[in-house]
Amino acid sequence: MSAVMEQRRPRLVLVGNGMAGVRTLEELLKLEPDKYEITVFGAEPYGNYNRILLSPVLSAEKTLDEIMLNDEQWYQDNGIRLCKGRKVVKVDRKARRVMADDGTEMGYDRLILATGSDPFIIPVPGHDLDGVVTFRDIHDVIAMLEAARTRKRAVVIGGGLLGLEAANGLLSQGMEVTVVHLMDSLMERQLDTAAAALLQQSLEQKGLRFLMAHQTEAILGDGRVQGVRFKDGSEVAADLVVMAVGIRPNTALAKEMGLYCERGVLVNDTMQTYDPSIYAVGECVQHRGQTYGLVAPLWEQAKVCANHLAEYGIARYEGSLTSTKLKVTGIDLFSAGDFTGDETCDELVFKDAARGVYKKLVLKDGRIRGAVLYGDTLDGPWYFQLMRDATPVDDMRQGLLFGQAHVGDSGHGSEAERVASLPDSAEICGCNGVCKGTILKAIGEKKLFTLEEVRAHTKASASCGSCTGLVESLLASAVGGDYSEAPAKKPVCACTVHSHDELREAIPRLGLKTIPEVMQALDWKNPDGCHVCRPALNFYLLCAWPGEYVDDGRSRFINERVHANIQKDGTYSVVPRIWGGVTTPAELRAIADVAEKFAVPTVKITGGQRIDLLGVKKEDLPAMWGDLNRAGFVSGHAYGKSLRTVKTCVGSEWCRFGTQDSTGMGIRLEQMTWGSWTPHKFKMAVSGCPRNCAEATIKDFGVVAVDSGWELHVGGNGGVKLRGTDFLCKVSTPEEVEEYCGAFMQLYREEARYLERTAPWIERVGLSHVKQHIVEDAEGRKRLHARFLASQVEAQVDPWAERAQGKEAHEFIPIKPVALKEVTP
Amino acid sequence: MSWIEVGELSEIPRLGSRVVRLPGGDVAVFRTGDDRVFALRDACPHRGGPLSQGIVHGHRVTCPLHNWVIELETGEAAGPDTGCTAGYAVKVQQGRVWLNVEPARDSQSGEACLQRVASA
Ligand code: SRM
Ligand SMILES: Cc1cc2nc3c(=O)[nH]c(=O)nc-3n(C[C@H](O)[C@H](O)[C@H](O)COP(=O)(O)OP(=O)(O)OC[C@H]3O[C@@H](n4cnc5c(N)ncnc54)[C@H](O)[C@@H]3O)c2cc1C
Ligand code: SF4
Ligand code: FES
Repeated sequence: MSAVMEQRRPRLVLVGNGMAGVRTLEELLKLEPDKYEITVFGAEPYGNYNRILLSPVLSAEKTLDEIMLNDEQWYQDNGIRLCKGRKVVKVDRKARRVMADDGTEMGYDRLILATGSDPFIIPVPGHDLDGVVTFRDIHDVIAMLEAARTRKRAVVIGGGLLGLEAANGLLSQGMEVTVVHLMDSLMERQLDTAAAALLQQSLEQKGLRFLMAHQTEAILGDGRVQGVRFKDGSEVAADLVVMAVGIRPNTALAKEMGLYCERGVLVNDTMQTYDPSIYAVGECVQHRGQTYGLVAPLWEQAKVCANHLAEYGIARYEGSLTSTKLKVTGIDLFSAGDFTGDETCDELVFKDAARGVYKKLVLKDGRIRGAVLYGDTLDGPWYFQLMRDATPVDDMRQGLLFGQAHVGDSGHGSEAERVASLPDSAEICGCNGVCKGTILKAIGEKKLFTLEEVRAHTKASASCGSCTGLVESLLASAVGGDYSEAPAKKPVCACTVHSHDELREAIPRLGLKTIPEVMQALDWKNPDGCHVCRPALNFYLLCAWPGEYVDDGRSRFINERVHANIQKDGTYSVVPRIWGGVTTPAELRAIADVAEKFAVPTVKITGGQRIDLLGVKKEDLPAMWGDLNRAGFVSGHAYGKSLRTVKTCVGSEWCRFGTQDSTGMGIRLEQMTWGSWTPHKFKMAVSGCPRNCAEATIKDFGVVAVDSGWELHVGGNGGVKLRGTDFLCKVSTPEEVEEYCGAFMQLYREEARYLERTAPWIERVGLSHVKQHIVEDAEGRKRLHARFLASQVEAQVDPWAERAQGKEAHEFIPIKPVALKEVTP
Repeated sequence: MSWIEVGELSEIPRLGSRVVRLPGGDVAVFRTGDDRVFALRDACPHRGGPLSQGIVHGHRVTCPLHNWVIELETGEAAGPDTGCTAGYAVKVQQGRVWLNVEPARDSQSGEACLQRVASA
């Protein structure tokens, strides 16, 4: 019985050996490597290659070898039968068999259609002459390179993305190139007229000629092409004509087998066609009325399709927003969304013709709807992210066009632009010491397409993340166009298809009270999750069910589990809380005693106005904490996603400029908020006057005293990405400061994603959102504050005291110390 | 010959681990969600991080220092990271855990891995 089962694995046939189809197989192999017996039919006589990079091959910036993604060895290694150079011409759906043009036949249980698109050929007289080509595959590129070697004049019909890349390539091959365009503005589907004019100007400077608003009437020639004639009667001479006027989903085979098609093969959200055993992915499909001509959506489709082929049955494809770049060296262009807008939209425009820079954002209801950037495209991904997340941008409107630059990249400055010119030895990731050459090599050899993949393989940008922009630029330059567009909805980790927001929402809605319940209800793929999802779930549950949820120590990182920071050598550091940075001789003496008693190797003043005892052995922690407790100290939570420090300055008590008692205010805030768990760490500061010696304006919550009261500032960050706070409001009394502070922290606790600090959270949801809840809605503020205080009742228990008294003792001592004699017989 | 008893299974938390302190270095004994028990040298193949302090999930543990994921069965780092740490044989009899203090030489994490750890 089991032998029978074994010999008949279900058969999976892929028709179309292109980018979407093979990506689907790769995703499937990751999930279920042995589930199917796989056969691939490809009309082209090659393995799988990166079609996007045909443009750089044409312009001699890359070779054909460099753009191969999977060679034949890959198919062999994965037990996949590759029938290359064989086009499937017929599918018998009843008998579940495919037939290729050479007579090969193959049965299937599941079929994937990934036949891509066909370039559109204008049916004018002469379109089939020798020397008339399209720009779609290796065959076309070889034909163009051949023509460039022996002939002189090229005409490219079509002034869109592909046409311009073809024209640029032929120009670099030494041909005289004329671009013919039907409209009077280039790339009219991606660019407004202003940006198109700048583009045309730069391309003319490179040496391209343009015939705008020209409609082709006939291709002239006798056997071989000699020229092109237009509707207005004019003619232009040509030895090569490239038709790049658009693509059409290739539905020929689908139609032949009677699958329902409109513009493309119709699929549902699971990438299934009308025949449930047939899936379709890539440019040949039509999903929710949309067809796509870029790879980013295909990656998402491939993931979903693989998920269903693996019979996990949980992923859904919900459509994609796309953005466009032009791969012509020296020209920076970015376009996304609706860039024309209508009377209900606002336009923000920046133009500096001398520098060749143009930026336009279309806003509707305070959100970005579209963007066109020319000359300076550094902020394209940022605008695109804001657009996809529908982030309210009213609060940043003033500086929006100037880009994210004011946020700054510590350690890198504005080097992102110059990444292309850096030498291979330039260090890109300062945390992990990864240089440019290493990243490029990995991208090439390991066929990496996304930021996540580069992180996994090289560690670049995997730590503090400040070099993410640089790594993305490298990816863009190495693999072309739209490499890294993170899916619209990002799953928390590989264990689930759900995003952080979906989890936050589902937990109270479905009344889920434990981590296993969440995993059960939401179809977790791995029985006990992983180090990414478990800590997040633990926090969400803690936040949703205060007082009720029992914290799961096994789902916390070691620092939070043992309430001390692990060091590189496996020892720990101990940072007692020093309220508002104020201490006493007695406290200092107690710390000194503890340090001596436990032979602490390093005692250091931290950047947070307190004292760090570094290099403590794990077994010593509980006893040391006991001593510190007796001297009146509690845990400083220097290890937690929790309230860290409240820095203060001396304030009115001593300082000749002090307007209020900032020290006292800081201590009050710290006493109210210590012990609370937050999505990421939370830091505060109180300064006694606008000189701001406590640096309150780079804290998550900062207070600056003024003569008439207290200014409240939120969302600052002094870490990886420096961000000054936003001004929230001014209040008059210390009680108000406390109420606003508690309410703000609670809003952050309830809404932010795990490991998202207040700075990125505010940039994502918008300052107005925060103001609405904290400033404008007094009742709501009071309720938030009350919820915060309620959760503090359980949270303000000193974890050190509990452990000094024996709680979780197993964490701190070995299960068994073994003497030498026990192991040497 | 080189088997020692290290304690009750119940002394090791589920999805957790305890350390057995041997003269030659610590060994981490893990207990997974499905109550399997594994033992590895308590040193990550990356930079020696104490694996006993990591988060256990499935038959894997994530190192507390830089998040490498190590297979409990073989001691090998999950791809794309490469490296491995020595494994030890363990067994549970009548609720008590036994550890073979000789690193397993026959497992996949055998000789080569041992040498790498020794020379590190
Ligand atoms: C001890 C201390 C350095 C010092 O000797 O002064 C320190 C030490 C660490 N910081 Fe820090 N940071 C310390 C003040 C700061 C400050 C300054 C401040 O708080 O005023 C900042 C910038 C301010 C800010 O956070 O906005 C700071 C920004 C970071 C960051 C970047 C955070 C960000 O959002 O960009 C990290 C990385 C992270 O959290 O992921 C980090 C992470 C760390 C970690 C936890 C690294 C780690 O994961 O092991 C270090 C732990 C060492 C240890 O075991 O004690 N540390 N760190 C400081 C402790 C202050 C305290 O009393 O609690
Ligand atoms: C020059 C160029 C530049 C581009 N630049 C970018 C860019 O910068 N950014 C971007 O995002 N996208 C770009 N694209 C688009 C991108 O390449 C496509 O979106 C992507 O390749 C589509 O993948 P697919 O698998 O659907 O189709 P394809 O990659 O075209 O694969 C389909 C395959 O199926 C084969 N096939 C068809 N019918 C059959 C049959 N009956 N039997 C067997 N095999 C069959 C075809 O021969 C082909 O190999 C570019 C495209 C071109 C041509
Ligand atoms: S203390 Fe902070 S800045 Fe210093 S090395 Fe550690 S993480 Fe980096
Ligand atoms: S030491 Fe384990 S991941 Fe670095």
